[in-house]
Amino acid sequence: MTITSFRSSYRRRAVLGAATAGAFLAIAACGSGNDPQNVTAEGETEQGLSGEVVVDGSSTVFPLTSAAAELFTAENPEVQVTVGQSGTGGGFEKFCAGETDVSDASRPIENDEAAACQQNGIGYDEFSIANDALSVIVSKDNDWATCLTVDQLNAIWAPNSTVSSWKQVDPAFPDEPLTLAGPGTDSGTFDYFTDAVNGEEGASRTDYQASEDDNVIVRAVSGSRGALGYLGYSYYEQNTHALQALEIDGGSGCVAPSPEAVQDASYAPLGRQLFIYPSAKSLERPEVQGFVSFYVENIDEIVEAAGFIALNDEQKAELREQFDSLLGGSSTP
Amino acid sequence: MTATDLIAFEPAPPEPRPAMTGPGHDRTPVQRAFRLILLGCLAVGVVFLAVLLAYVLTEGWQRLDTELWRNQASQIHPATAGAQAAIVGTLWLMVGTALIILPVGVLAAVYLEEYADRDKWYNRLIELNIQNLAAVPSVVYGILGLGLIVRGPLSLGPVVLAGALILALLVLPVVIISSREAIRAVPDSLRDGSLALGATRWQTVWRTVLPNSIPGIATGSILALSRAIGEAAPLVVIGVAAFVQFNPASVFDRFTALPIQIYNYASRPQEDFIILSSALIVVLLAILLLMNSAAVFIRNKYQRRW
Repeated sequence: MTITSFRSSYRRRAVLGAATAGAFLAIAACGSGNDPQNVTAEGETEQGLSGEVVVDGSSTVFPLTSAAAELFTAENPEVQVTVGQSGTGGGFEKFCAGETDVSDASRPIENDEAAACQQNGIGYDEFSIANDALSVIVSKDNDWATCLTVDQLNAIWAPNSTVSSWKQVDPAFPDEPLTLAGPGTDSGTFDYFTDAVNGEEGASRTDYQASEDDNVIVRAVSGSRGALGYLGYSYYEQNTHALQALEIDGGSGCVAPSPEAVQDASYAPLGRQLFIYPSAKSLERPEVQGFVSFYVENIDEIVEAAGFIALNDEQKAELREQFDSLLGGSSTP
Repeated sequence: MTATDLIAFEPAPPEPRPAMTGPGHDRTPVQRAFRLILLGCLAVGVVFLAVLLAYVLTEGWQRLDTELWRNQASQIHPATAGAQAAIVGTLWLMVGTALIILPVGVLAAVYLEEYADRDKWYNRLIELNIQNLAAVPSVVYGILGLGLIVRGPLSLGPVVLAGALILALLVLPVVIISSREAIRAVPDSLRDGSLALGATRWQTVWRTVLPNSIPGIATGSILALSRAIGEAAPLVVIGVAAFVQFNPASVFDRFTALPIQIYNYASRPQEDFIILSSALIVVLLAILLLMNSAAVFIRNKYQRRW
């Protein structure tokens, strides 16, 4: 999925956001016992926030939300923020059961998850907060491959694929045995990669070294000449001494993973966005609203502190606009 | 018979069996080979432990500083990040677990050893079940706890009390089994003496049997806690968070624990966090070692031979 197609999905979400804001009004009218004086109409927080903010979800987004929590609690020491990493799917399960205030996600919410939320009366909105480049990595000793097409990746990773040598990928490559490593099936990265490369989420060959710990993938690939794997950009960036990232040809030429290539959407189809989903009901609580607005307002600093790829200007403007309209709806007395 | 006679009647401790040391006992090649095999089996455990210790010490050496427990976890400053919340959380968990398993485990063992009629089928069923429960994987207790304690009837959420309850359930079978062994090791002559002097069954248990089984019960319980302290799986299942910057102030507060923090730091891309996770493994091993030393100390202090 490219960033352009995300934009169209945004419009759908905007409708959802409006519905969420409506739900806010209804619930806020019932009175919730929270102190409304703490929150001004712009959602800016005054001194003295306290309480609990519970975040869970994607382990990819975890460092980003941890950095946000750290910066936020430095200014609001009375607020206790906890961040878990149950995975995108595990996070949504808790979120839709009403156990968490904000859910981290490395892919958009799925239909069955959204249905679970709806069933439990959990309204939410989706904020895109950073970019990521799924990086296809090989060992430093690999001196033949620099670029793969999506079709070649598909040939390697398709379910029941029997490709076992680099020569089968491209006749110009040597007859080096191909060993594979990648994230396990609970990972949002796995979901995204299989969707982008194999055309169906979750469809993948299974005879590869699967690990939920990305450092295991780094070690498996860096230690073997013919190995190939995929993981999030930050793991490649921290291990450039041991790994090379392949350029990806999505139909319009070879592009290497880089912050710029993700921001201008040329790193396709493996450039993706990362999300947070705040719960509408939790946003009524001043400490949750304070945390989410802090997250949105300081997104540049947070992304830099956590070592992620920032949003481009257009995405940033969209995020702010979206958040402002949400709060405008919710805090009207 | 006078009271002094009764005391004098206490049997003398048996002579300790001399260890079969020295090659003089190994007369044939088979005996010598057997001796080597025994040594080899011992070496497997010791060598792996030594390698693990050497590895985490060399990996984590540069971060074994006071910042580990003075600072909270940090995403932004990996070089000075600590794990105060995890260390304090683990201590809370252990105290909570101990407060639950000691009374429940010991009293259950007293019932099974002193009160239960072993001819009744339900008592035998209970015994069999306890032995089986001791072998159930910890993640199963996590799922049970998630359904009953964190959600469901109790709905506590992933707080200290929920974690302690689940770890207590996990190690309770071990505590019951070791406490039963300790109670069984108290000779019947002591019970008979107490009863013969007119003590009730309650007085006999409370004043004679339990004081004499302290070493066994304490050792078993501390070893059970040592198992609980390293458990990550049940805590992961109930959704204990990995990034927490505050210490719990009550059993109803959210928390994090050392195994979770270690796992989280070890899976980060940044080298600083991986070093930090090794340093925290050393901290966890140090706490374990302290607990095991306490077990040895209590056993030696209270041990008597009959």
